[in-house]
Amino acid sequence: MNKLIPLLAGLLFGVGLAMSGMTDTAKVLGFLDLFGNWDPTLAFVMGGAVATTLIGFRLVLRQSKPVCESEFQLPKNNKLDKPLLIGAAIFGIGWGVYGYCPGPGLAALVYLDGKTLVFVVALLIGMLLAHQTSQKEWIK
Amino acid sequence: MNEYLIALIGGVLIWLAAVLLLAFLGRIAGISGIVWGAVTTPASSAWRWLFLVGLLVGAWFYHAISGVSFPVPSGLPWWQAAIAGILVGFGVKLGSGCTSGHGVCGIGRLSMRSLIATLTFMATGIITVFVLRHIF
Repeated sequence: MNKLIPLLAGLLFGVGLAMSGMTDTAKVLGFLDLFGNWDPTLAFVMGGAVATTLIGFRLVLRQSKPVCESEFQLPKNNKLDKPLLIGAAIFGIGWGVYGYCPGPGLAALVYLDGKTLVFVVALLIGMLLAHQTSQKEWIK
Repeated sequence: MNEYLIALIGGVLIWLAAVLLLAFLGRIAGISGIVWGAVTTPASSAWRWLFLVGLLVGAWFYHAISGVSFPVPSGLPWWQAAIAGILVGFGVKLGSGCTSGHGVCGIGRLSMRSLIATLTFMATGIITVFVLRHIF
């Protein structure tokens, strides 16, 4: 179960991303192009996932613990701090520059376009830079 | 099938993945967190690597089964992919999450942090596309 579940979850996630068009940069940029020729399709993906998650998570978190582990590992920080806001803002800019957020960018590696690999390697470098930045005083 | 309906089903599959991960492993299906953990603590990250393998295979599998062809490769230059990758990686790490972790799972468990983060990255994404497409 400990191996089967994450594999299955990944598979479903990957199918869901490809099916919904999140792995198509043109579609994503069309969705973000609110003031141009707006393509609302991806609002249905987010809407569908969020609406069902609202209900599903509530039911799951009512249990005392997950099936295979001893406790739920949920984020504990609930402050609206500088790293959250600056990070989210920078992420959105990057999303709008090319059309990939992390999940679709990784999943799209299977399309074997060299530029997707460039995106993913750069993504890892960006994460490393942020990790170093988050240790600095000014951001805390 | 209707395009919106397909997108909706895709969203529901993502939901199913998130609920499975939470119900069985007690983990949040946030891709950026999973990637960071997989790379920095590989020894204790078997579940993360399995998830990522599934993610790639799943995307490929969808096209193989449905007969829908791969999306047309982006016409944007490689350096734009590089800049975008660095910004996305930097932003999601600093902001503790991306579209899946904040946008789906975080809002799903009514986290105010995630709601604000999602509104923020949606807004800057929309502004960026506006500037790149309609101003330059």
